Amino acid sequence: MYSAIVEGPIDIARMVERVSKSANGATVLFLGTVREVNDGRGVTGIEYTAYRSMAERELAAIVEEAAVLADSNDVAVEHRLGELAVGDCSVAVAVAHPHRARAFEGARYVIEELKERVPIWKREQYVDGTREWVRATSTHTELVDAGEDR
Amino acid sequence: MTVTVLLFASYADIVGRSEIELDVGTGATVKDVIARVRALGDAHRLPPAPMVAVNEQYASHDRELEAGDEVAFIPPVAGG
Repeated sequence: MYSAIVEGPIDIARMVERVSKSANGATVLFLGTVREVNDGRGVTGIEYTAYRSMAERELAAIVEEAAVLADSNDVAVEHRLGELAVGDCSVAVAVAHPHRARAFEGARYVIEELKERVPIWKREQYVDGTREWVRATSTHTELVDAGEDR
Repeated sequence: MTVTVLLFASYADIVGRSEIELDVGTGATVKDVIARVRALGDAHRLPPAPMVAVNEQYASHDRELEAGDEVAFIPPVAGG
């Protein structure tokens, strides 16, 4: 199990290595990246800040819960802080298991819980030069927005 | 007794500070600290019932505080 808050670029290959072992037949890697548009506004970058000590504690707890859920200790998450540009990777989750179902379940759990609980905030920088703190969107809201509510 | 209040992101912008040392009475609760902080300057613009963590763990507003506790006001989180 591995969890960390980092300030430099996330090494994606290293994240996969952290959960890799010969007994695992399935590895799920989730990457969150800065996108160029949010709510119809052009975004040039995002600044991530955190209550760092608590964020580290919450991330570690989430990884432990995911390990139980996925029945695998091969769970890793890294979240980046600081100024990120469009296309930069802000978060990486890697979960491996002998079979894919548990790996998907574990990875999904980590990212959803991270978004609910971990004290990290982002301030978007827009093409017009303004900046704003972003209010969290739940998965539910995103599905509703996309007309895919179930 | 003294507790340390931490403010982050939009809340820090509203209050204009990220850390406040607050002298509170024995038996003070999280709710008391919220009321005290919201009485400072522009801090009335903070929500009346923000999420709070005490010593890095989410806590209820009834939580009784001890000297030296770190009380963090947590804006809606937006990681990922």
